[in-house]
Amino acid sequence: MALLEVHNIHTYYDHIHALKGISFELDRGEIVALIGANGAGKTTTLNTISGLRHPREGSIIFDGQPIHHLPAHEIVQLGIAQVPEGRKIFSRLTVMENLDMGAFTRRDRAGIQEDLERVFKLFPRLKERRNQLGGTLSGGEQQMLAIARALMARPRVLLLDEPSMGLAPILVESIFQTITEISQQGMTILLVEQNANMALSVAHRAYVLETGRIVLSGPAAEVRENPQVRAAYLGEA
Amino acid sequence: MKERKVSLGLLLRLGIGLLVLAFFAYRFYGVLARQAYGAETWARLAISGLIIGSVYAVIALGYTLVYGILFMINFAHGEVMMIGAFAGYFVLEAFAASGFSARQPVLAILITFLAGMTVSMLVGISLERIAYRPLRGAPRLVPLISAIGASIFLQNAAQLMFGSMRRTYSNPPALERNVGWVLDVAGKPVSITYTGVLTFAFSVVLMIGLYLLVQRTRLGRAMRAVAENKEAAALMGVDVDRVIANTFAISGVLAGAAGVMWGLHNGIIYHYVGFIPGLKAFTAAVLGGIGNIPGAMLGGIVLGIAESLAPAVLDMPFQLKDVLAFAVLVLVLIFRPTGILGEVLAEEKV
Repeated sequence: MALLEVHNIHTYYDHIHALKGISFELDRGEIVALIGANGAGKTTTLNTISGLRHPREGSIIFDGQPIHHLPAHEIVQLGIAQVPEGRKIFSRLTVMENLDMGAFTRRDRAGIQEDLERVFKLFPRLKERRNQLGGTLSGGEQQMLAIARALMARPRVLLLDEPSMGLAPILVESIFQTITEISQQGMTILLVEQNANMALSVAHRAYVLETGRIVLSGPAAEVRENPQVRAAYLGEA
Repeated sequence: MKERKVSLGLLLRLGIGLLVLAFFAYRFYGVLARQAYGAETWARLAISGLIIGSVYAVIALGYTLVYGILFMINFAHGEVMMIGAFAGYFVLEAFAASGFSARQPVLAILITFLAGMTVSMLVGISLERIAYRPLRGAPRLVPLISAIGASIFLQNAAQLMFGSMRRTYSNPPALERNVGWVLDVAGKPVSITYTGVLTFAFSVVLMIGLYLLVQRTRLGRAMRAVAENKEAAALMGVDVDRVIANTFAISGVLAGAAGVMWGLHNGIIYHYVGFIPGLKAFTAAVLGGIGNIPGAMLGGIVLGIAESLAPAVLDMPFQLKDVLAFAVLVLVLIFRPTGILGEVLAEEKV
């Protein structure tokens, strides 16, 4: 059984029908990419899983338990953490406080300390800047902080929304390297990206979204070879 | 075209500023030249300003906490204070009648404060639940109007329940009003009342307590996170509604304490007693920079001292002190809408 199963979800913004019946699954240890253009519904999909939005129809099953009716703060507790689009770090909290916020639902001091050391090993820059305010970090550092903060929840599924957004190519490389590293440590990752090329190079499987529907799915390598994908998302003729 | 408009506004503001300053200097010079007031009067005014200012600061914190998280002005906050003052009043009445106030003044005062703070906390929580939570996500003007409605409702409810007569706080004998230590300033006596010292000291304790709560505790961190971004806070596992309810509870506790201090120090309460201090504290919060916690503390103290000294400095009748306090609000809004310690919030918060 898959770790996360999304069955035919329909999500609305008032009268706008943003997700028109999306279904997919996430197996343990996988990186799955959701790619698509602006407005295809990628972020809405993540926010519906995270509980910031609720589907009007359909279900989301996490580890055998339906979660689509739960509020966001309970879903984090169950083990799904999101790195939101645009990072959304707390700019007036220090780096340490941001990381503490990531572990907000946890009480196991020893485990939190362990995870803190783990993320500092993953992102040494954050350790150097632990007492700085989040808002003073550069874009790349903020992305590292956003990922580190999500990891502090010790999630079983990590949802990543546009981690490459607004970053220099060299930083994009290093962020994706880190994502691979996190995946190799056993994390299950759902990756939303406009940078389809990057996303397909690290993902095991991929789904292509267009205006609220999944139009294509398969192993990342296959999706990458699909002529329509190449034309529409990879900038190849 | 646009540039000319801007420079015109600037010119206008400069003109008003110079006018205000010139007027200020002219009147103050007159007062000094006539030696209208001796050193002891200035000292008396400054001390009473400091005391009332510390109460404004405590009330202002309630406005600023709620604004920081919901970006709305809780105009019913003054009424939350009024209800706290009444709760304290009834407790003290009972204690005075039973003689408990005379036997155990410290315990009596402590329980009075606890009662005022608890009742105001409950009013604050209910207010949020009934008047504001259903309007979450509505345009910002909507909860503001609801707040004004809640304010009128609470005033009238208090009037119906308690009548509209003025009631006098029955302080314990050990904490009689207008009694205190006497200082000697330039050969004249200046008294520092016990109630004044209690008010100032307890205000400082509350401010330090709040500061530690916001900076050092898990709830405080969650409050700051929610203030910055509710969705991101929810993604961290913060129950945003609960944090908002807690914020109203804390601001209610502060308002209740302020209400009891008001009663003990000023003596008289009635159903309308929260209105003017509420507006003054709102002014103080804007003066310090709305949404900014140290700003509310500073704004309260500055406003208290300013309104106390201003009539003397400007050689005006003392009855005009309320007018002068609200003139401060107008001037702040013209010259520094972000307040003394205000940050540039406009872009990131909307």
